[in-house]
Amino acid sequence: MHNVVAVAGRELRSYFHSYIGYQLMRGYAVVCGFFFFSFTATYVIQEFRMAAMGGMGAPPMNLNEHIIQPLLEGVLTVALLLFIPPITMRLFPEEKKSGTIELLLTSPLTGLQIILGKFLGAVGFYSVLVVLTFLYIGVLFLYGNPHAKPLLAEALGLFLYGGALLALGMWISTLTKDQIIAASVTAEVFLLLYVLDWVTAYSSSTAGRVLSYMALTTHFHNFARGVIDLSDLTYYLSVIVLGIFLTARSIEALKGRP
Amino acid sequence: MIEVEHLTKRYGPTVAVSDVSFEVQKGEVLGFLGPNGAGKTTTMRVITGYLPPSEGRVRVAGFDVVEEPLEAKRRTGYLPENPPVYFDMTVAEYLAFVARIKGVPRREIKKRIAEVSEKVAITDVQQREIGKLSRGYRQRVGLAQALIHNPDVLVLDEPTAGLDPKQIIETRELIRGLAGQHTVVLSTHILPEVSKTCQRVVVINQGKVVAVGAPDELTRWLQGYETVLVTVEGPAAEVMDKLQRVPGLHWVEPRETSDGAVTFEIHSEKGLDVRPEVARAVVESQWKLLELKTSGLSLEDIFLKLTTKDVVEEPSVSDEQLNIS
Repeated sequence: MHNVVAVAGRELRSYFHSYIGYQLMRGYAVVCGFFFFSFTATYVIQEFRMAAMGGMGAPPMNLNEHIIQPLLEGVLTVALLLFIPPITMRLFPEEKKSGTIELLLTSPLTGLQIILGKFLGAVGFYSVLVVLTFLYIGVLFLYGNPHAKPLLAEALGLFLYGGALLALGMWISTLTKDQIIAASVTAEVFLLLYVLDWVTAYSSSTAGRVLSYMALTTHFHNFARGVIDLSDLTYYLSVIVLGIFLTARSIEALKGRP
Repeated sequence: MIEVEHLTKRYGPTVAVSDVSFEVQKGEVLGFLGPNGAGKTTTMRVITGYLPPSEGRVRVAGFDVVEEPLEAKRRTGYLPENPPVYFDMTVAEYLAFVARIKGVPRREIKKRIAEVSEKVAITDVQQREIGKLSRGYRQRVGLAQALIHNPDVLVLDEPTAGLDPKQIIETRELIRGLAGQHTVVLSTHILPEVSKTCQRVVVINQGKVVAVGAPDELTRWLQGYETVLVTVEGPAAEVMDKLQRVPGLHWVEPRETSDGAVTFEIHSEKGLDVRPEVARAVVESQWKLLELKTSGLSLEDIFLKLTTKDVVEEPSVSDEQLNIS
């Protein structure tokens, strides 16, 4: 554990010592802020309209349902498909290029300790993005009264969703020495996993349903509504474990090469 | 301290190291000498546990590097050819990180960093970013990293590559200073290095061990004859003729001429000092004897001999080489 923390700490630190870390935070803050602003503005205008029409018996509008849920499910899950590849692209290629992989692999560390350390370092940086998201959502508490409890499920969902993407991205980063290739292949894989559930639009066969089940975003739906479903939880944890397992295999294979 | 038994390493169909065996005693400095691509780095990577062997076994301080990798790695310090440093860290941060993953107890980390930094003379750059240091300093940081957990065994891959002459001398002195406390294996393709730093040499070529011994032992072994260089001012042909008649000489060969003076290389029977006879022959003929000296084979010559010998013994290898070129 001590070793995992050491590796994770160094990894996390390197994000804050590189332009890429700050660029990602800035970019994410801008994208997240823009959509937060537009959802909020739409909400405010609609609420004024409904008030002007005297309610008309429509159910009252709800901050959770009309701002937070679409922000997370509709926008951020897609935005993260683009923001996570730059987080994972440097995990292994940089170590390979600078030769520091030799330091790690000749130190008294197990392969799993190295991988978990790197993964947790990446999750640590990703959690800064999650915190940024909730800073925006926190603004709602200043001017309205959204329900706080669903936010817990939403935060958990964001971590699991991001964790799954990070684990897959980490694995892809072990396959190349080039960060650009790592990032683009990762984004491509993410995009494919994202659109997998579209097959249900034209296929209701078992295969179609299986593919749809494998899609990354379908499992986020419940979390976005503030509901923790065991099957969704299992799905994301399985993807994380799979990513870590594939990374471990890839590192083992790396050792046989010059 | 290090036992390498019948080590073979293949990368697919390519054999990088073939049936290499040697031992390194505690406190010894062993030089690993060979041309580029001879298999030095591969052997070191197997010793440090970075690569698994294809065949054979390697033990470090009694621990098999495959079966008990963590125990073996705990006792090994390794400086690869390119120092494995993170450019975005300061020297102090980097050494603290390495100390942690090498298992130095937390309380001792500060003390170890101070000791090691003092030893390799990087105390004054502790707060500098490694990426902004010169190559020489990075190399020293790499050496500090290898020493931080006070390992029994130090494996240094081309520790003086890319350094300037002053740094090379300092690094060699440092390595000599480590002998005794640590068992050191260092690789090099620079010949004078082994005679200056190592007590024993393993010469490796094309993945095979060609010779093992102390640097001066190797010299003696190879020196099947004595060599004398003599510089004479006089008519070259006559001098040569006269020299050839000196008893005990195998052959005489003119090496270079300058301003009427000719230098001859004379080979004679092993153990026979022909200098008095040669001097007499020259002086008797009224020529001017400008210089007369024995010539010990330099390691450079040995090395050339060792590798050429290997090729000669195995015609198949030289055929391959021809195909490649």
